[in-house]
Amino acid sequence: MSSPFRASLIIAGAATLMVCGCKREERHSDSNPLAGSVPAGERQPTIYPGGGTPPPLDPRAARYENNAPALAEGQWLYAQMNCVGCHAHGGGGMGPALMDDKWRYGGRIDQIAMTIAEGRPNGMPAWRGRLTDDQIWKLAAYVRSLSGQPSKDAVSSRADEMSNTTPLTLTPRQGPRNADTAGR
Amino acid sequence: MKLATLAFLPALLGACSYQHYQSVFGNAGTDDHQFLTLFAIFMAVCTVMYVAVIAFLIVGILRRRRAGEANVVETGRHHRAHPLMRAGLIGWGAVVSIGLMALAITSFFTDRSMAQSAAHPRLSITVTGNQWWWDAVYNSADASQTLHTANELHIPVGVPTRIILRSNDVIHSFWLPSLAGKQDLIPGRETDISIVPKKTGIYRGQCAEYCGAQHANMAFVVNVDNYPDFINWWRQQLQPAPAPATPLAQAGFDYIAQHQCSMCHNIAGTPVGGQVGPDLTHFASRRTLAAGTLPMSVGNLHDWIADPQSVKPGTKMPKIPMEETDLRAVVAYLETLK
Repeated sequence: MSSPFRASLIIAGAATLMVCGCKREERHSDSNPLAGSVPAGERQPTIYPGGGTPPPLDPRAARYENNAPALAEGQWLYAQMNCVGCHAHGGGGMGPALMDDKWRYGGRIDQIAMTIAEGRPNGMPAWRGRLTDDQIWKLAAYVRSLSGQPSKDAVSSRADEMSNTTPLTLTPRQGPRNADTAGR
Repeated sequence: MKLATLAFLPALLGACSYQHYQSVFGNAGTDDHQFLTLFAIFMAVCTVMYVAVIAFLIVGILRRRRAGEANVVETGRHHRAHPLMRAGLIGWGAVVSIGLMALAITSFFTDRSMAQSAAHPRLSITVTGNQWWWDAVYNSADASQTLHTANELHIPVGVPTRIILRSNDVIHSFWLPSLAGKQDLIPGRETDISIVPKKTGIYRGQCAEYCGAQHANMAFVVNVDNYPDFINWWRQQLQPAPAPATPLAQAGFDYIAQHQCSMCHNIAGTPVGGQVGPDLTHFASRRTLAAGTLPMSVGNLHDWIADPQSVKPGTKMPKIPMEETDLRAVVAYLETLK
């Protein structure tokens, strides 16, 4: 066996092994573990003015963050549930913009989910009981993607609406933030 | 044995044509009839030509070249071939040209007559494709006569019907083989298909363009009714939903109005007014559940509402955490929406 041939064989083998290592994100079609996980009336604090220590990230976030099917479902809900009416396609209008780096109530996925579930003063309605927790988390995952926080392999390369903005896959990435760490 | 099986297979395929529920040989619509005639003509002409070509090929292979004779093409003497052979070849060319012309003309006239039946529709329905169900609006100049339904159409026999096709998300395809052809639903564009049903009956159609995880469960039912039956159905469907009659049904209605259901579904005549999912005003009068996924029955309704994601994984309808009593109440109410 000639040595170039052996080398290419080894490279091919290594490449195959690497492909086996690839893991496709999981598609959660079952919302069981999330049912009733935020009991009504129990409002968890998610804002830490004056530099409190934010609690560790909600474990449910791992199911939705950087998960392409969740982002896609969130994108669909964002249009169908008329988030567009106030926030436009991220640029904001009556409601604050979601594609910038300013987060009034925290930009971490669990903070966004809480904002959607409970509503916020001056117009943001509470969606608890109107959407399932699963849907709220999917929406939060999509809202985060508007400001370039999830990884590029999870975000959609194409928006559902007519758009002249840069595709999410081509915008620069930003780290997760909450109201305190953003310093605003 | 194998030969017997082989012979049996076409017979099995042939048997499909007797099932008119969903059949490409359904022949229950005028357009479908014209199409089948066109198909038969194409099939006959092409079969004759194919057999002739294959016969010449076989003769050419079998016929031995006479001893000592060189290849006529290589020697350049082919133009001096036998007069009969020349006449034969010219004749063959003529047959091919005339055959192709005949096919083109037949195709043109079929197309023309189909376009004419579409030019004067007496009923217009807008069908919008969604992942993975069909929204239907019976258009009318009078808003009070505009009928909103989903996943099941009724059309009167013999009435030219124009179906306007739109899509809300991806490309779908409206395929109703027993009555008409196939037409794509393209987002951002309006397409249409016309149907003139000839026979009353129940026909199944489905999406014929892969549109996502539940493409296979995106079907619809078309009922072709007599005109009086259609008018009765129409009047009945225009009514608002009946008020809940029992305490259980009332509890079900209250649950629907106060929970996630009302964000997507519409029940005419009540505050439940979502415009995202299928209209539920006369939901229980339909034959199927979840766009042809399950037959309509109380048992299937429990199954579907309790966990849509296990019945139709990936469907946009979420699993709502419900108590058993709520589930029973919701089903008891939905059953009354005839």
